[in-house]
Amino acid sequence: MFGSYEWNKKLVIRTVASWALALLVFFPILFMLVTSFKTELQAIAVPSLWVFEPTLENYTEVQDRSDYLHFAWNSIITSVLSTILGLLIAVPAAYSFAFAPTKRSKDIMMWMLSTKMMPAVGALIPIYVICQKLGLLDSVFALTIIFTMINLPIMVWMLYSNFKDIPREILEAARMDGATLWDEFRQVLLPLSMGGIASTGLLCLVLSWNEAFWVLNLTSANAGTLASLVASYSSPEGLFWAKLSAVSVLAIGPIVVFGWFSQKQLVQGLTFGAVK
Amino acid sequence: MSSPDQESRLTQRLLLTPAVSTLLLWMIVPLVMTIYFSFIRYNLMQPDASGFVGWSNYEFFITNPAFGDAVFNTLLLLGSVVIITVTFGLALALLINDPFPGQGLVRVLLISPFFIMPTVNALLWKHMMMNPIYGVLAQISVFFGTEPINWLQDLPLFSVIIMLSWQWMPFACLIFITSLQSMDKEQLEASSLDGATFWQQFRYLYLPHLARPMSVVIMIEVIFLLSVFAEIFITTSGGPGTASTNLAYLIFAEALLNFDVGAASAGAVFAIILANIVAIFLIRMIGKNLEN
Amino acid sequence: MGFLDLEAVDKYYGKLHAIKGIDLSIQQGEFIVFVGPSGCGKSTLLRMIAGLERINGGTLTLDGNDITHAAPAKRDLAMVFQTYALYPHMTVAENMSFSLRLAKVDKAIIDEKVKTAADKLDLTQYLDRTPKALSGGQRQRVAIGRAIVRQPKVFLFDEPLSNLDAALRGQTRVEIARLHRELGATTIYVTHDQIEAMTLADRVVVLRDGIIEQVGTPLELYDHPANRFVAQFIGMPQMNLIPTSHVPAAPQGSVELGVRTEHMAICAMGDARIKGSVEMVESLGNETLIHVRPEFAGEHDLPLIIRQYERTDLQMGDEAGVRWDDQHVHFFDADGKTLTNTVQGVAA
Repeated sequence: MFGSYEWNKKLVIRTVASWALALLVFFPILFMLVTSFKTELQAIAVPSLWVFEPTLENYTEVQDRSDYLHFAWNSIITSVLSTILGLLIAVPAAYSFAFAPTKRSKDIMMWMLSTKMMPAVGALIPIYVICQKLGLLDSVFALTIIFTMINLPIMVWMLYSNFKDIPREILEAARMDGATLWDEFRQVLLPLSMGGIASTGLLCLVLSWNEAFWVLNLTSANAGTLASLVASYSSPEGLFWAKLSAVSVLAIGPIVVFGWFSQKQLVQGLTFGAVK
Repeated sequence: MSSPDQESRLTQRLLLTPAVSTLLLWMIVPLVMTIYFSFIRYNLMQPDASGFVGWSNYEFFITNPAFGDAVFNTLLLLGSVVIITVTFGLALALLINDPFPGQGLVRVLLISPFFIMPTVNALLWKHMMMNPIYGVLAQISVFFGTEPINWLQDLPLFSVIIMLSWQWMPFACLIFITSLQSMDKEQLEASSLDGATFWQQFRYLYLPHLARPMSVVIMIEVIFLLSVFAEIFITTSGGPGTASTNLAYLIFAEALLNFDVGAASAGAVFAIILANIVAIFLIRMIGKNLEN
Repeated sequence: MGFLDLEAVDKYYGKLHAIKGIDLSIQQGEFIVFVGPSGCGKSTLLRMIAGLERINGGTLTLDGNDITHAAPAKRDLAMVFQTYALYPHMTVAENMSFSLRLAKVDKAIIDEKVKTAADKLDLTQYLDRTPKALSGGQRQRVAIGRAIVRQPKVFLFDEPLSNLDAALRGQTRVEIARLHRELGATTIYVTHDQIEAMTLADRVVVLRDGIIEQVGTPLELYDHPANRFVAQFIGMPQMNLIPTSHVPAAPQGSVELGVRTEHMAICAMGDARIKGSVEMVESLGNETLIHVRPEFAGEHDLPLIIRQYERTDLQMGDEAGVRWDDQHVHFFDADGKTLTNTVQGVAA
């Protein structure tokens, strides 16, 4: 690890500074992780304890008090389904924008993005009323649809910028070779843009998993995701830091680990065409 | 008569239809309903009182002293977080751009906050970092012998800005890192031979190269920061007073805490107008940068 | 009626009339080259024939079938793109067999056809490589191979050599000529390079601003250009132009006299039709180009260029006399049309 570097003063400074800043940024997460293995009393000790006998009691208590797996399942279902649904809708649209643009394509895309800029709270009451009328309050189905809609503009844009990097001639060549639209998609576009599609899906998964606004306002016990499970620990009685840390670790753990492993893939598509 | 190439144009249109029609529904239906609600008397506590009330919901919402504060806070929050994340994200990206031992791990640590959900982010900072007695920041103050700051009470909006910056800085950093990888190395070497200082390189080589990624970062952040909600809801509930109330939270408070859907809808219409003003401004500014 | 017929073919981009009613009849087996300056519409016209651009007016007939609005796949044409447009995720063999696989041709037949084409193009040892692992020239050959295996009715080439370096370009040009001789396939080839046009074409189509300026064999165009544009476009260095006010006994209505560089000569001052001063001498070894600025020429007029196959002692600033051969002159009228032309050979 250290062998291949030619050490000089500059490199030492850079290495130390980078590590220090990275640990500083990561510190809150580390602190939370550590706290989740303390007892409640240890959790609020001043100064903070770093050496103690770790306990798993917070994790068992979280599972006893609220059905963690139920919320986790909701998180998984809503984010995975909304990602799939979103890709199904966004890929054709992005294809059309990238390879068969009309004069209005740019405007339509900007309009799509602008729907994303409208504060969700502006739509909250009507959506709430509609869900109420349709009996869809606190339902996984409604949440999935909503996640799909809020992520759709970003997905279309991200896919569009990925598709745009594929030379148009390659698709034209396929068309001349006798490919139908489906052949063209299945045999040429898909293999060439797998990276972009995967990274779009990954981002959508992360955004859905972490979505809080609609979850807090439209769901409770039945369809609540991990975001609402965590929120339910926000104002309990007595000492609660250790339990809060445990539930938080449980809520973010899967997606953070997932994010670490997929970061290279994610980054590749996340540039929205900004990196040539 | 339909010829094959008319068919192909039809196909192109069909490909767009699902995305456009669902988004249109998603936008139009709530918009129309919101506008409708904003002109009627609609209070969840007084279900009997109803009927057309003209502009009075708007009047009520604008004359609410909280309105001005909310607009101001929304824009201040947006501007501060964008500036902080772009500055620090860029600085960090430049710092870790060249190889050093553990570069990969440092990168993973740096981007982690991006994957943290807003509710966890808010609770983590509210309690474990910013608690005036037990929090880490208080302990640091005590260590240096200064009076601990009661962050959420005394600097509520700034506290929210810190949380959001912590969350979004990794995103900016990630995109800048990727962009720096594609810098022209020969150009940098040539400029070094020409005796350019780091600042000259930064000004004339890095900044122009980073213009596009910067536009993207700003655009994405604005999209998400205009409607920040969970962080405020969980930490300060918009307080004390209206010190950390943004437009999104004000509308929420009006509708679900005061049960006045009519006034909240009027507020929502304002929020939509504000969003569109920012959107137009942004698209003008950044759209140009993203062309080609 | 020809094999491939264009009748009054139009293309509009919004209000812009890009292709203005082109009529062209191409015979089976012909090698046709579209040539013209950039933006003249040559690539657009090719893409319209391919079906990649909509035809807004007129008809396109191939072998008796109206294909004006047919999908590209249904036209039975193959195209070689400027950027090659190879499928990066497929091997050379897969690239070449893609169309046959789509058409569900029997695997044994596919293998046979790919093998034959690879043989012809010297690609056999690269069949399992992906395009990334090939040189520019090899990629170019794969692109041609992909077109060959389909045995289409017409081959379309869109500036296929412009991404190659000069040496390879000459080599590939010869290769394409050889292939055309062997396959005898009808070919339309777009280029901005007049050498490619002159060496490859049975007939050259010169385009400008969406209209055909002239159609003819390479030498017809060289000897009997229909107008000043064609005269200047074909031939390197460009044909010299002299205002007829300085030419005695010019035909009625002519405005300019055109003489190719090889039909002008330096002569003694006494025999000179035009006198001037030497502005530059380009010695290329086998030939010498002498730039002479006539006495009457303004500052912004181009000098006359005289091409000779002997070396010269003339130096910059020397006085020189110029004469030309009356057997090889062209007179153009005020609209740039050729008025009379004394070149012997095929009748204009």
